[in-house]
Amino acid sequence: MGRKLLLEHAKVPGIRHIDTYIQHGGYRSVHKALKTMTPDEVVEEVKKSGLRGRGGAGFPTGMKWSFLAKPEGIPRYLVCNADESEPGTFKDRYLMEYLPHLLIEGMITSSYALGANTSYIYIRGEYRWVYTILVEAIAEAYAKGYLGKNILGSGFNFDLYVQPGGGAYICGEETALLESLEGKRGNPRMKPPFPAIKGLWQSPTVVNNVETIAAVVPIVNEGGDEYAKIGIGKSTGTKLISACGNIKNSGVYEIDLGLPVDEFLNSDEYCGGVANGKRLKAVIPGGSSVPIVPAGLFYKNIKGEDRLMSYESLSDGGFASGTMMGSGGFIVYDEDQCIVRNTWNLARFYNHESCGQCSPCREGTGWLVKVLDKIEHGKGATMADIDLLWDIQRRIEGNTICPLGDAAAWPVAAAIRHFRDEFEWHIKNPQLAQSKNYGLVKETVYQTV
Amino acid sequence: MAKVTIDDKIIEVPDGTTILNAARMIGGDVVPPAMCYYSKLKGSGGKCRTCLVEVAAGSEKDPRPMPKLVASCSTNVMDGMVVKNKTSEKVMDARKGVVEYLLMNHPLDCPVCDQAGECNLQDLGYEHGLQKTRYEFERRTFEVQDIGDNIKLHMNRCILCYRCVYTADQITEGRVHGVMGRGDHAEISTYITKAIDNDFSGNIIDVCPVGALTDKTFRFKSRVWFTRPMLAHRNCDKCCGKTTVWLSGDDVLRVTGRKDQNGEVEEFICNTCRFDKKSLADWSIEGPSHIDKHSVISQNHYELPSDNIKRLK
Ligand SMILES: Cc1cc2nc3c(=O)[nH]c(=O)nc-3n(C[C@H](O)[C@H](O)[C@H](O)COP(=O)(O)O)c2cc1C
Ligand code: SF4
Ligand code: FES
Repeated sequence: MGRKLLLEHAKVPGIRHIDTYIQHGGYRSVHKALKTMTPDEVVEEVKKSGLRGRGGAGFPTGMKWSFLAKPEGIPRYLVCNADESEPGTFKDRYLMEYLPHLLIEGMITSSYALGANTSYIYIRGEYRWVYTILVEAIAEAYAKGYLGKNILGSGFNFDLYVQPGGGAYICGEETALLESLEGKRGNPRMKPPFPAIKGLWQSPTVVNNVETIAAVVPIVNEGGDEYAKIGIGKSTGTKLISACGNIKNSGVYEIDLGLPVDEFLNSDEYCGGVANGKRLKAVIPGGSSVPIVPAGLFYKNIKGEDRLMSYESLSDGGFASGTMMGSGGFIVYDEDQCIVRNTWNLARFYNHESCGQCSPCREGTGWLVKVLDKIEHGKGATMADIDLLWDIQRRIEGNTICPLGDAAAWPVAAAIRHFRDEFEWHIKNPQLAQSKNYGLVKETVYQTV
Repeated sequence: MAKVTIDDKIIEVPDGTTILNAARMIGGDVVPPAMCYYSKLKGSGGKCRTCLVEVAAGSEKDPRPMPKLVASCSTNVMDGMVVKNKTSEKVMDARKGVVEYLLMNHPLDCPVCDQAGECNLQDLGYEHGLQKTRYEFERRTFEVQDIGDNIKLHMNRCILCYRCVYTADQITEGRVHGVMGRGDHAEISTYITKAIDNDFSGNIIDVCPVGALTDKTFRFKSRVWFTRPMLAHRNCDKCCGKTTVWLSGDDVLRVTGRKDQNGEVEEFICNTCRFDKKSLADWSIEGPSHIDKHSVISQNHYELPSDNIKRLK
């Protein structure tokens, strides 16, 4: 049975309110850190825990924290990235909606560790009701003395603000987020300088995902070593996965990292298998930017070993045969789903969300959509269009200012890599493809690998 | 100081110099094209991606190559860095891609564009472009707009280099000029129509690498290659008064800032010099202007000042 470090009390009635939250052990980490630990000791526990950023890139959090510049007389900031806009990802919303105080607690403890006296939660504009929940919870925390001046008599002053964004995926990119938070257009910044040196208002800043910050709470409570015992290899602790698509039980699950993918997808404790007795066609396990993998390569890596829900196992085989843990947006496709249509749809998203600063992403994403539209809707595409798609994505990838360009390129590359036959079928049968799906032909191919 | 190798040429430059500027110090073929960076504009660069180069060795201390191509305009050199520009296949391929992206939605209305002959995009297209476009869809279009009395904005031609935005940032207090919309429907905002009511607004014409911002007083007067650029000056109480005047016979067809070998203006000039002083009597003529490589005029008979001849060797 999966343990729950984050979501244990999510469904307790009234847990949104501070009294109930405290009755269930809430704010212990604040007491512990502020009264018994130095900021550096908190950072040390986070390092020991092996916690990796839950926003997508999986960068070790303790290391990120230790990069934070600490010049005298200049404020530092912690900024929580709650912009969660990647298709398929909705775990942060769940956490904030049910357990707002867990995030606030994490913000206090983490800000104490980083020496930040003011911090911000930048929340996606569409999460309006969650914004309200957070604002109410913050007011409660002020009233109880967990926020404000001289918290718990420790001498630590701390103010926390929530800022809703305008509803732009690009503002989830950390430097675009900082621009937006400063009241500017959300264009990603050139790096270096990195936020750890020059971030919000040119001050040293750490940007962390909601789940990352929430995970600091159990790490401080139980100790980094305890946390690191969970999981496998460099994938320690628990991870929230938002599962959706053609499965029986969609929703947000907390899993121990290292859980076999088979168990996650097929056991009743989690997704409950593919819905309606259909067969599995493909999975995008980490949010729409990570490569889609066909069923065979999802269950087993190219060496025939069972895949696990961990950073290393999911990316085993690189992009040729693997994928990524990403943000944990787990999207499942059954045999009736059309990969071309799906790819076109994702391409539309990235085109719409490109900030337009750099030419490969601005122009390339638009071109991808048009060519995919031509293939998907039988508008006279030829086989050369598949190679053209490949060329366009290849020249976006790695050549842009921010990783949105890569995020737009990878889904197209992976779809062509694994489902080229389906693209070809669309082009050869433009009429038929309007009324019928290609179905599932790939399965057997990969099982022999 | 940092010693850096660019396409097998070695140069020593001060710490904190960008790869692009180091390449410009060497000059010639090793200089990557730069469509958005402008040394006089704070914050510019990084956007167009034409200046991408390969870093084959990061530094003396850490000679590992950089995994991705980097924007040479916004990456600083390190001691012992080895950079490949023209000698890198990866760079040439990526640049070809960038040019294709930039031309994809460009109207290619060069025959009626005032920038023709001194357009960075034309040069770039010529050097790296494909013979034939692979983009077969409708190009995006915008209405032509006036920015005040003297400047026209052809958004269709814009490559969103943001140079004019940074110019506006620099010459005005607060933020008065910017970009509206996102992605491939982003456009240079036209509330500048009101906002750039500033004596130096005309400089956005000079910094524009394409024909998106043009001088209405010069519109359709002449192709640039039929004019004779002359260095000229006048006593001006607003700016340095040092300009290039573009003559046809004894008529001053247009006035611009003086451009250096990188195609950048040496100093900003004021709108009075640029738009109002259109008589030869307004100017003291110093002699023929040396023309940077971004102009067709440099290709023929034009006489060059002696210091420039040295430079070209
Ligand atoms: C286009 C784009 C969108 C992103 N969106 C988010 C997001 O919504 N939430 C998030 O936490 N990280 C997002 N990221 C990653 C952030 O830039 C950053 O790496 C992350 O917030 C760091 O937090 P972590 O170390 O805790 O994972 C995005 C990155 C890119 C390039
Ligand atoms: S990659 Fe796309 S989203 Fe990122 S800076 Fe460039 S244009 Fe903007
Ligand atoms: S000149 Fe370097 S990216 Fe445009």
